[in-house]
Amino acid sequence: MVANLLIYGLVNSVVLMLTALGFSLTFGLSGVANFAHGGLYLLAGFLAWIFINSFGLPAALGMILAVIVVGILGALIYRFILMPVRGIVLSEVISTFAVGVAILEFFRWKGFVTYDFSLPVLVQGSVKISGVSIDYQRLLIIAIGLALALLLWFFTHHTRIGLALRGMSQDEYTALSVGIESDWAGMLSLALGAGLAGVAAVVILPLGIISINMGYDVLLIALAVTVLGGLESTTGLVVGSFFVGYAMVITSTYLGPQWGEVVYLGAIVLVLAVKPSGLFGKSKELEERV
Amino acid sequence: MNPGYRKERIDRGIKVRSDDVFVLASMRDLLYVVLPRALVIILLLIFPAFQDILGSYWQNVMLSTMVIALLALSWDLLAGIGLVSLGQSLFFGMGGYLAGYLSFTFGWGPLYTLPVATVGGALLSTLTLYPILRLRGIYFGMITFAVPLLLSRVIEVTKILGGTEGMSSLPSFPNTGFELYLVMAVLFVTVYAYRMLVGTDYGLVFNAIRDNDRAVVAAGYDIQWYKAQGVFIAALPACFAGAFMTHHFQFVGMPAFALDYSILPLTSVVIGGVGTFFGAVLGSFVLVPLSELLREFGSLRVVVYSLMLLVFTIGLPEGIFRFVLRKYHQFERLVPMEEASNE
Repeated sequence: MVANLLIYGLVNSVVLMLTALGFSLTFGLSGVANFAHGGLYLLAGFLAWIFINSFGLPAALGMILAVIVVGILGALIYRFILMPVRGIVLSEVISTFAVGVAILEFFRWKGFVTYDFSLPVLVQGSVKISGVSIDYQRLLIIAIGLALALLLWFFTHHTRIGLALRGMSQDEYTALSVGIESDWAGMLSLALGAGLAGVAAVVILPLGIISINMGYDVLLIALAVTVLGGLESTTGLVVGSFFVGYAMVITSTYLGPQWGEVVYLGAIVLVLAVKPSGLFGKSKELEERV
Repeated sequence: MNPGYRKERIDRGIKVRSDDVFVLASMRDLLYVVLPRALVIILLLIFPAFQDILGSYWQNVMLSTMVIALLALSWDLLAGIGLVSLGQSLFFGMGGYLAGYLSFTFGWGPLYTLPVATVGGALLSTLTLYPILRLRGIYFGMITFAVPLLLSRVIEVTKILGGTEGMSSLPSFPNTGFELYLVMAVLFVTVYAYRMLVGTDYGLVFNAIRDNDRAVVAAGYDIQWYKAQGVFIAALPACFAGAFMTHHFQFVGMPAFALDYSILPLTSVVIGGVGTFFGAVLGSFVLVPLSELLREFGSLRVVVYSLMLLVFTIGLPEGIFRFVLRKYHQFERLVPMEEASNE
C-alpha cells in the first residue's frame, strides 16, 4: 500500500509538473498568464492523433511534428494576438482564454469526443518495483519530466538566451537598454511554453483517452501547481507539483477519487489568499497586493 | 489610412449646446438628448406585449439576456474598482443557492426569497471574497476563476445542498410577463443607480482605487473597506439574477456555478465597452440573442463568441457603445496633415 502510494504519487506529481511546465515558463519569462495552455495541450494531442492516424506517420515522428506545430502556433499567438494588447493584463488573460476556449470547443464541434481518440504508447510493457507493477510509459514520463525540468533550469540560468529572457522578466526597461528585444523575448517564451504543453500532451495522453474537458482541467492544474510553488521559480514548480501530486493521490486513496479536484482547486484558493507569491516566489508584495 | 491625412473629430454643435452649455433651445435639441434613451426604454417596455408574435421562446431569450446584463453590470462595477473578476458565477450561484435553500427548506415563496437572497447572497459573497480583496490584477482574476469551480466541486463531493441533483420543484412566478417586467425593473434601477454612484464623491474613490490604489492609501482611505463595500454593491444585482433564475427554472443545482455565467457577462462587457454600464447592457443584448441563433450549431457557438471576444479585445477595445456614441456626437473628417513626417 505504502509503496503503491509512493510510486503512483511520484508518477502523478511528475505528470502535474510536466503539465504545468509550459505555463510556468511563459509566466516566468514574459509575465503572460497563458490561459490558452489547456487548449494548446489538447491541440497537440489531437494533432499528433491526426498525423499518426490520418497521415500514417510513425508515432514518434507524428508526436514531434505536433509539438513543433504547437510551438510555432504559440509564437503566432504572441505576434498577432498578444502584441496589440501587451501590458494590459486583463486583455492578455481574456484573449488567451478566448483562444483556448475556441480551440477546445472547435474540436468538440468537430466531434472529437468519442473513445476512439487515444495516442499510442511509445514503449510497451511494464516492470515490477518492490511489488508494484508500473508500465514503461509512466517511467518514460518520469524520465522526461525530470530531464526537462533540469534542462529548463540550465537553460534559464546558464545560457545567453535564457538569461536574456529572465532579464526581460525582471526589469523590462533595463533589459531593453542593454539590447534585448522585448517582442522577440515574448515570442520565444510563448513558443517555448506552447511547445512544452505539446511535449506534456504527447507523453501523458497515451495513458488514457483524449477528452475535451481535460483541456479545462489542464489549465486549472497548471494554475494550481504554479501558484503553489511561486509563479516564476523552477524549484517552486517542482516542489509545488510534488505537494499537489501526493496530496491528490493520498486524498483519492482514502476519501475517494472525486476529492482529487477539490485538492488542487483548494490549493489555488488557499495559497493565493495566504501567500500569493507561492511557497518559493520572491516577495513582490506591492505588485500582487496592497 | 492615407498617409498625409489625419482623422479629425469635432463635436456637433447640438452636442455642445445640449451637453456642455446645457441650453435646450429647440425641440430638436430636446429630442437629441432624450430620444436615444427614451427609445430604448420604450422598446423594452412594450416588448412583453408582442408575446403572440414572438412566442415564448424569444421571451425566455429576453429573460436570459437581461439576466446576463445584470451580471455584466456587476462585472463592470467591479472592474471600476480595479477588481477584474473571472468568476461572476460565484455571485450568481450564491444568490441562486441561497434562494433555493430557503425555499426548499422553509417553503418560502419568491416574494421573500428574492430580497433575502439578494442581500444575503451579496453579504455571503463579500465575506467569501474579503480575505482576498488585497490581491491585485491578475492574482484576483485567477482566484475568482477558481472559487466557483471549487464551490461546485465541494457541493458535488460533500452532497450538501442537494449535491449533484440540486434542489428542484421550487415555487415559480405567476407568468412570463410578470417575470419580464420584474427583471426589467431591476435592470433599469441597477443601471440608473450605478451611473449615479460613479458620479458621486463616494464613487470617485472606487475609480481612484482602480487607477492608483497606493495613492488612495496614501490619502488616508481604508481601501480594504471600500473594496468590500464595492464588492457588496456589485454583488447585489448578480445575486438577484441567481435567485431569480432559481425560481424561473424552479431548480437550483451545480450549473449555477458553471463557467457560462462567468464568460458571457465578461464577453458582453468587452463587446459593449468597459466602464459605461450602458455598454454592458448593450453587449449582452447583442451577444445572448446571437448565441441563441447559433444554438443549432452546438458548441460552434462557443467558438464564435470566443472569437468575438478576441476580435473586440484586439480590434475595438473601446466597445460598441463608445463607438456608437462617438458617431452620434461627433463629425469625423480627413484633413491633410500640415507637417509631413519626413521633413
